[in-house]
Amino acid sequence: MTLFDIPTAALLGQLMLGLINGAFYALLSLGLAIIFGLLKVINFAHGAQYMLGAFVALLLSRHFGIDYWAALILVPVLVGLSGCLLERFLLRPIANQNHLYSLLLTFGLALIMQNLFTNLYGSSGNAYPTPEVFRGAVNLGFMHLPLYRAWVIVAALAVCLAAWFVIEKTRLGAYLRAGTENPQLMQGFGINIPFLITLTYGFGAALAAFAGVLAAPLYSVSPTMGANLLIVVFAVVVIGGMGSIVGAVVTGLAMGLIEGLTKVIYPQAATTVIFAVMVMVLLLKPNGLFGKGA
Amino acid sequence: MKTTIKPLVAALAMITAAGAHAEISDKEIRIGYLADMSGAYRDLGGPGGLEALNMAVEDFGGQVNGAKIVVRSADDRNSPDVGANTTREWIDQGKVDVVAGLVSSAVTIAVTRILEDTNRFGLVSISASSAITNEYCTPNHVHWVYDTYAMANGTAKAIVKEGGDSWSILAADYAFGHAMEADVERTVLAAGGKVVSKARHPLASSDFSSYILQAQSSGAKVIGLANAASDTVNAITTAKQFGLTDSGQRLAGLMVFISDVHALGLEATQGMQLTTGWYWDQDEESRAWAKRFFERTKRMPTMVQAGIYSSTRHYLQAIKDTGSDEAQVVRKQMLATPVNDMFTNNGRIREDGRMVYDMSLVQVKTPAESTGEWDLYKIVRSIPGDEAFRPLSESKCKLVDTKLAGKS
Repeated sequence: MTLFDIPTAALLGQLMLGLINGAFYALLSLGLAIIFGLLKVINFAHGAQYMLGAFVALLLSRHFGIDYWAALILVPVLVGLSGCLLERFLLRPIANQNHLYSLLLTFGLALIMQNLFTNLYGSSGNAYPTPEVFRGAVNLGFMHLPLYRAWVIVAALAVCLAAWFVIEKTRLGAYLRAGTENPQLMQGFGINIPFLITLTYGFGAALAAFAGVLAAPLYSVSPTMGANLLIVVFAVVVIGGMGSIVGAVVTGLAMGLIEGLTKVIYPQAATTVIFAVMVMVLLLKPNGLFGKGA
Repeated sequence: MKTTIKPLVAALAMITAAGAHAEISDKEIRIGYLADMSGAYRDLGGPGGLEALNMAVEDFGGQVNGAKIVVRSADDRNSPDVGANTTREWIDQGKVDVVAGLVSSAVTIAVTRILEDTNRFGLVSISASSAITNEYCTPNHVHWVYDTYAMANGTAKAIVKEGGDSWSILAADYAFGHAMEADVERTVLAAGGKVVSKARHPLASSDFSSYILQAQSSGAKVIGLANAASDTVNAITTAKQFGLTDSGQRLAGLMVFISDVHALGLEATQGMQLTTGWYWDQDEESRAWAKRFFERTKRMPTMVQAGIYSSTRHYLQAIKDTGSDEAQVVRKQMLATPVNDMFTNNGRIREDGRMVYDMSLVQVKTPAESTGEWDLYKIVRSIPGDEAFRPLSESKCKLVDTKLAGKS
């Protein structure tokens, strides 16, 4: 059976892989969107924080024998804390400056981290073992799906859903949303906005680190793993609408699928298709698909 | 403007060169080490290669015939523009005599063109494209270690012979990958095999799953990886996850370095056959040199790092023997002298600039066979230089008289 002269098995296979990539796009763009929403910081260190997540997991397992499952909890907490410190001591002093300052600061930090890890651990990458339970593959009929990749989709979607629930349905989330709308007024109500901001940045960084731990067994842990991904993730955030949380998740998954589809139809365009979509969205709907307007 | 300057610079270079004949210009030998120091190819050459170069300089006592050896280095970030600009600056302002290292084939082709225009010298030790001593050969550079022709020839031929006769090639999408793809295809066809599919990926990709899936469904017996370093590592990792080897297909890394095998671990790479230009454990001399290198860097040298030492040593020896650092004088001496050191004991440089020597077909050890962190290969057989490299009779190099070469 074929569709547009493309074997259905190949099409389904590539869509499945697209969904896995989309899960990473969703996780990372979610963090970026949350940070941008409240801090109005374009966090260029996000890719480095993702890389940091993978590296911390690797180092914890190498030096302390901490396994994957513990790392999945512990690493986001550690990287999240480092994010809180970064916000408190580096981003806050320039919070009232032009957005460009925080963009350049985070970009510089990303380069420092990336080169530091390159110097310490080389560029070849380091293998992180796949957890025992997820070794092997399941036959879906159209492809062999490695179990670990199936888990990645489940875990990423669960975390996205949980983040959405916290932000939309809880009191903390209500503060966050209100703070995004009107920080002065919230401060007037006695809400500790600076603390909320620190927490938010830390949470964004923790999400990136979580994605990093998820990615560690999948790709080799290398210093440039985040830089390669970050540009695509930014495009996803722009398409979804800066600061829109639902937009980030839905667009992330959708872009993964579109990329997968392109790999079947015209592989050469796979790396550019997301940017083509971004250009179209910017021209037709400058605030993004889910953006509320300036 | 550019077109009028070029012959002028060349003329100027020739005048200074003629003036400098039989003496070392400025009483200094200036070496520029140009390599990827921070990107995907850092672990092959990178800072370790600079260390190897410095070892060669130290072995000459830091000077040749009273002329001090000065080494400088720069990161080309795998960009031909950056590499070409750095080289121009080095030559114009730093009066650099020789450029060593040279990683990305695209960078090397750009840089050697400048070296030819300015009559300086190039020691290419990391680039792979066989075009560097074929259509892009110049009288101003030599090519050490491997090239795509030799790597494809060594590995692909052996695999086809063992029954792996249908291939799917996955190549890095730039000069090196294209050259490797062409050389593999030629080797496979010549050995009686066929190529069923080809795909190209951008340099430094992280997600190889879709390419692996395509290769898997192509039905090819062998998936040839015409890429290097982190790309090869990622592709092999992904292929393992998708159970490629469990379903009877096999992976052929056409450009695998010891740093890659070290990064992947023996569990993932055991049994893989590959061609290498040098292995630290190949003989007494190589072991002794590798030990020195290890003490300085805490890593075993890759074949290109060893090649950087070997080519630099050979170059400096030629200056010592002739008393001149003029590019053509040095080249003539380098071509006339056999290469006999820790790298090879039967190397010679042909008129196209290719250093021809025996390579090795090796097999990655199993975890049980390995006795240490860097005990990774066992040598299957030696590939004689004349069998490994492109014969001069097939050469497109302007320096080679093919009629003459055909007879010899």
